[in-house]
Amino acid sequence: MRRVPATLWIGAALSLLFVGAALLSRVWTPADPTGMNIAARLKGPGEAGLLGADQIGRDVLSIVMAGAWTSLGIALTATAIGGAVGTATGMAAAAGRGGFERAVMAANGVLFAFPPILSAILLGALLGPGAGTAILAIGLFMVPVFARIARGAALQVWSRDFIKAARMAGKGPVRISIEHVLPNISAQIIVQFAIQTGLAILAEAGLSFLGMGVAPPNPSWGRMLSEAQTYLSSAPHLVLAPGLAIAGAVLGLNLLGDGLRDLTDPRRGQAA
Amino acid sequence: MRKLRYLGRRLAGLLGILGIASLAIFLLIEAAPGDPAQIMLGTGAQPDTVAALRAELGLDRPLPLRYLAWLGGVFTGDLGMSYTYGTPVAELIGQRLVVTLPLTAMATLLAVAVALPLGVMAAQNPNRIVDSLATAFSQIGIAVPNFWIGLLLILGVSLGLGWFPTGGFPGWRAGALPALSALVLPAIALAIPQAAVLTRVTRAAVIEVSNEDFIRTARAKGLSRRRALWRHTVPNALLPVVTMLGLQIPFLISGAVLVENVFTLPGIGTLAYQALSQRDLIVVQNVVLFFAVIVLGVNLLVDALYILLDPRLRGSG
Repeated sequence: MRRVPATLWIGAALSLLFVGAALLSRVWTPADPTGMNIAARLKGPGEAGLLGADQIGRDVLSIVMAGAWTSLGIALTATAIGGAVGTATGMAAAAGRGGFERAVMAANGVLFAFPPILSAILLGALLGPGAGTAILAIGLFMVPVFARIARGAALQVWSRDFIKAARMAGKGPVRISIEHVLPNISAQIIVQFAIQTGLAILAEAGLSFLGMGVAPPNPSWGRMLSEAQTYLSSAPHLVLAPGLAIAGAVLGLNLLGDGLRDLTDPRRGQAA
Repeated sequence: MRKLRYLGRRLAGLLGILGIASLAIFLLIEAAPGDPAQIMLGTGAQPDTVAALRAELGLDRPLPLRYLAWLGGVFTGDLGMSYTYGTPVAELIGQRLVVTLPLTAMATLLAVAVALPLGVMAAQNPNRIVDSLATAFSQIGIAVPNFWIGLLLILGVSLGLGWFPTGGFPGWRAGALPALSALVLPAIALAIPQAAVLTRVTRAAVIEVSNEDFIRTARAKGLSRRRALWRHTVPNALLPVVTMLGLQIPFLISGAVLVENVFTLPGIGTLAYQALSQRDLIVVQNVVLFFAVIVLGVNLLVDALYILLDPRLRGSG
């Protein structure tokens, strides 16, 4: 039994905390995250609710919890789409080689030139701002990341003896990719999935900070921060809660990813 | 010679990728709703006035011609006129570049200045306090959004201590000192996540190179620990750090858009974002291409630097 790294424990606990808060917010929050209460306007933590109230008296803890659902929902969907497309093309590039492989790598080069905010600005011109645009913009950015990792890992698997055996047994490249390559690269893909979901949360927060995320009144951490900017000196608690939520969720997912990597590949764990 | 040929191949690949990227940008903007002539004249304009302006702007020409005209303009510096500002787009980008370029340069310098010593020290003292601090800094720094750091800096440093302005940019004509001091806090906000990533890479690279045989040989031949570190380990460990600098450019640009927004700096990021909300699509189109050129261009530069830095390739060209 290998010792489970401490980073894995902390990362899993933090990630579970945020997933739990997101799920709980669907059935219960301390107050209605969209209900205003002018009497509680800009009240500090403890004076109105655990984390205080915002500029129209909404309960900050409730919005942060509901914001977890928005943030994780968009981040997970975008990473899942980008991860699936990227992994599939990366594996296909490793199986096909030649011209197809070069075409995939060129397409990745094009996508690399468009960080999520730029593609969101570009797609926003076409589709208008919203959750769909955010998911698409973030997902597109994930494709080359997963494609590069999947291709690299798959190329290593393809050079192994059991692949030669499978080929001699008459299996085609698609079947070999699914039956033999995918199971052997899945650990690396899962590790990357955790880390990229963290990056997607950061990207989503940035997009909604600029007003390019989910439309109001849907709660979002990024928009909370952008609204809090106006009340920076009078109500600093409005800046702290959503920022800590973003940082905590991303830190949790990063530690989870690092911990899983140490667990599955002890050599890397020592070096990095 | 080999190096030159390699860089030539990379440059050709880069131009190909830029060609595809520019076509994608052009088509997406073309497909976007809203007629520029209608936007410029307002909804109350007569149809024939709109048609006349469309002809004047060249919007009635066929699609492939307009794409080629745009590309031609990109090479001659004529990017067209902004619909809302009424000034040439190239001029707008130039005016904004004098904010964004120093901002990102300051952030990068700051990040490297923190990350290199911290990463090397952490690698030299594994499992000691400095190592734990460096690891904690890199984990937390990667997770914290730079625009939030910006807000905290305004709260703590500008409003709290009264140092540095809370936002805005006086322009370089107001003197170098006021202009630079307006960029200090934004540059710190932008630098922290970058420094976190680079610290991590530096630490890992120094540890990895320290375990290489040639370092052991150097030490066995009587080189002091210090000399081996600075003569052999660090130069070799710089390679992955430089690569990471290139890979971080998309994040640096995204970060600049956000941080400029927090500090209300009139940079290119703010320009892109405002152009989108005002549907000034010709500005969006050109700014996005501009950023794509920067991302890919810097990566080519990093490749060139890599070849220059790699001790194994030294003198073999």
